[in-house]
Order: sequence, then C-alpha cells, then structure tokens
Amino acid sequence: MPNDDTRPSGLGVKLLLLLPYVALLWLPFYNNVQPPLFGFPFFYWYQFLWVPLTSLILYVIYRWVR
Amino acid sequence: MPTTLNLTALSVFIGFFALVTVLGFVAARWKSGDLSQLHEWGLGGRQFGTVISWFLVGGDFYTAYTVIAVPALVYAVGAYGFFALPYTIIVYPFVFAVMPRLWKACKEGDHITAADFVQGVYGGKWFAAAIALTGIVATMPYIALQLVGMQVVIKSMGISGEVPLVIAFLILAVYTYASGLRAPAMIAFVKDIMIYIVVIAAICLIPSKLGGYSSVFTAADHFFTAKGGATGIILKPSQFTAYATLALGSALAAFMYPHTMTGVLSSASANTVRKNAIFLPAYTLLLGLIALLGYMAIAAGVKVSTNSDVVPALFATLFPSWFVGFAAAAIAISALVPAAIMSIGAANLFTRNLWKPLIQPNIAPAREAANAKLVSLAVKFGALVFIIFLPTQFAIDLQLLGGVWILQTFPAIVFSLYTRGLKLPALFLGWIAGMGVGTTLAIMQNLKPVYVLHFAGAAYPCYIGIIALVVNIVVTVVLSLVLPAKKA
Repeated sequence: MPNDDTRPSGLGVKLLLLLPYVALLWLPFYNNVQPPLFGFPFFYWYQFLWVPLTSLILYVIYRWVR
Repeated sequence: MPTTLNLTALSVFIGFFALVTVLGFVAARWKSGDLSQLHEWGLGGRQFGTVISWFLVGGDFYTAYTVIAVPALVYAVGAYGFFALPYTIIVYPFVFAVMPRLWKACKEGDHITAADFVQGVYGGKWFAAAIALTGIVATMPYIALQLVGMQVVIKSMGISGEVPLVIAFLILAVYTYASGLRAPAMIAFVKDIMIYIVVIAAICLIPSKLGGYSSVFTAADHFFTAKGGATGIILKPSQFTAYATLALGSALAAFMYPHTMTGVLSSASANTVRKNAIFLPAYTLLLGLIALLGYMAIAAGVKVSTNSDVVPALFATLFPSWFVGFAAAAIAISALVPAAIMSIGAANLFTRNLWKPLIQPNIAPAREAANAKLVSLAVKFGALVFIIFLPTQFAIDLQLLGGVWILQTFPAIVFSLYTRGLKLPALFLGWIAGMGVGTTLAIMQNLKPVYVLHFAGAAYPCYIGIIALVVNIVVTVVLSLVLPAKKA
C-alpha cells in the first residue's frame, strides 16, 4: 500500500469514473469500421475493450481511494 | 424453425428444469433464517457475500429476455441494437459510486425497498407509495417478458400451446413462495454457468462454421446494405444521440428497478457491492457476444418470421439436438431467476410501502412476510395472464414505458443520498412532471423509445426517458429553491 502522503486525492482519482461515459457516449470517437482487429470492426472491439478497462478503473479506485 | 418435436432436446431440457426445481425448494434451508420475517424471505437475510451476489445480480440483471431480444434487434437493425453494450458498461461506475451508499443508508434504516428509503428521508406516506407503485408497474411487464423468452425457447423445441409455460410458472411460483430470495440466489449459480457454457460454445464454434468473424461481419454488412434504411454494421450520424441517450438512460434506470435493488440490498456489505461493480462487467462481455449472435444468424442464412426466434433458430441450425436442449434450458432458467426476484421485489414494495402504510399500519412482522409471499404469487399470476391473453407487443410496449417510468424515481432515490436540500413537494411534482412528459411523448411516438428534439435547426433523436428525467430534475431543483422551508 502506498504511504498516506503519496495517496492520490480521492476526488482526482474518482474523476476516472467519468472516463467510460466520455469514451462511450461520444460516438464520433468510435463509429468506424477501420481499423479492424481479429475480424472485428473498430466499432465493436473498441466497445468490447471498454469492458475490462472499466473494471480496471473501478479496481484502481477501489484499491487507492477509501 | 423446426416445428417437429425434438425429443433429445426436450429430455435434456426437462432434466435441467427438474434439477433447478429441486434446488428451488432446497434453498429454503440454505443459510437458514426465519422465513416468516420479510427481510429474511425478501432479502435473503442481507447476508450474501461477493460470490453469491455476483451470481445473483448477474443472473438478475442479464435476463432471458435480453438473450432473446438483444440479438433479435441486432439481427434486424445492426449496430443500433448494440447500445446494450455501452449501457451495461457505464452502469458500473454508477453502481460503484452510488449503490454502496444506498446499501448503507438502507441497512441503517432497516429499509428493504427504495421506497422505504425515500419514506425514511422525507417522511409522509404518499410519495413513498408513488415510488413503490412506479416500481411495481414498471416490473410487471418485465416479468411478462421473461415469460416471452421462455415461450420462445419452448416453441423452438417443437411444443406449441401455453401448458408448458403454465407448468413452469407454477413451479417457479411455489418455490419462490417457500424459499424467497434464497431460491433464485441458488438457481442463479446453475443458470449463469449454463449460459456461459452456451455462449462460449456458440462464439467458438459458430464463426468457424461460418468462415470466421470477418466473414460474419462482411455478411452482415452486405445484408444491411441490401436492406437499406437506418441499418448497418456501424451507426448513421443521425443515430448518434439516440444510441448515446438510450445507453445512458438505460444505465441510470437499471438499478432503480425493484429486482436489481433487491439484489444489491441483499449483499452482506457496502464493500460487497463495490467488489461486484468491479467483477460484474464479465457478464457484459457475455452480453456483447450474445448480441453478435444476431450477425451470426445473418451469416448462417437463418430466416425467421419473428425476430425473437432468431437465437433458437440459429442454435437449431448449427448445434446437435442435445445441445439445443441444453441451450433452451439455459435460456428458460435465465427467465426463472429474474422473474422470481422481480416478483419478490414487487411484493416487498407492495407489502412495505402500499399495504402497511395505507391499509394496515400496525401489521405484525410475521403477517407482513405472509402478505409478501401471497403478493409474489399474485404478481406472477398477473404476468402469466398478461402473456396468455394479450398480444406480446403489448408487454414489450409497456416494458418500454416501464423504463421511462422507473427513471423518474432516480432524483428521489439518488439525489437524496447526497443532499438534504430537496423538498418533498418539489420531488413529488418533479416525479409527476417526468411521468407526464415521458408517457405523453412515448404515446405520441406510438410507443417508440425515441423522440426527436430540434436545436438550432438540427434534429437530435433522444431517449424519452432522459428527456423526461431532465424535466423531472429541473422541476425538482427549481421548486426546492423556490418553495418556503418546511414549517417545523
């Protein structure tokens, strides 16, 4: 565990919670076929990618804030 | 669709159904508690740890109807149907931030429903009753749709008529009555594992039979190009705001429903809720893959008269009989878990927030639990009658309105966790405004979820639930500022 003085302030890290909303609700970011990955158009793999990313963000906040 | 009787599939199906029926009754003795108390029957004693909660909420939130309807929409319109994916991603930062707070407030106040919490904060009984009624009315068609999901898979095995549905529901009703929330919690283990097996098998085997994912997407692309209109494997720019507001509105509404609320409140601690927000997205991956079944059906050349038949038809085309039966059982059991929890959630609301305050204020705790058990039967019976005697489209339309309605309880439940600055009459009028605007717009659109807003000459189609929520919030906040402080 990090020391108390190296702990990020709660608010700063909690702002990470907003990232999935920005990334997924602004469609111009990802409404494309190119570049595909493993046969999946970008539109699909980008959204799938945000599933583990969101879990990761929640995990980071769970560990470092509280 | 095969209309002949598939005996192998049917035997496998009945075998699994018998297994979960036994589990449903055994569950009454599991983590034993005094089932004559409402918090024991209706919240499983508020003791479920991370693993049980993960299965329970996962089994509760990702329903049979989802497994049928999401691929059906993707099959029909393409990318637009995928809004379920961002929806079930962005719901979790919300759950992580807000629901542990609600869990704590409910634990401290001994609340078992969201309406209990609202009553605890603002007092009175009429607004809490309105919140409870919203929850019940929004949930009823949702239960009916679980039946639709079950009906679709039973039909796919070559059995017509309503008798199997009635039998399945009677069994469900009896063990929910006996075991309360413990029954779906236990069955959720079986259901979730079966669904994972079905989906993993489907996404590994089907694309190899169809020439890989790139040919699946190519086939879908050609199909939609030929079909024309607002379809395609990516969105038209005119669909952006509809896609985003549907995802956001559905995410904000998701955990306001009585069944998801019941799932959260049955957790052992606020920390359990947080951990589950981290791990529940695993189900979202599953849902995204299920959605792709819509494209696989296109690539496999599956033709159906009703879009909701697309998943069973795809399985029947590509899988051996025994696995078709296994998949059908998985989907049918996926209907049982949420249907049980929905009826329990609705029963808790009715007993706690309508019956007790309005009709019988000095009801004994044991009588309260007995009432809830009876109401859970009545709710399921209502849903069954609904499906048998009314057109399916009616349930689908009402479920859509239900989403718009449940979203109108959001300010009272969520904002009240963070501020004491809102006033009861303001919240009540905000709720009325939101319900009124939402219902009117939905009816004007012939019960389609999207209404086109015009700003500065441009058109923005938006989810009606979000429009109504904005009206609700504005009315609530403005009136809270304007109204005089309560005479104490």
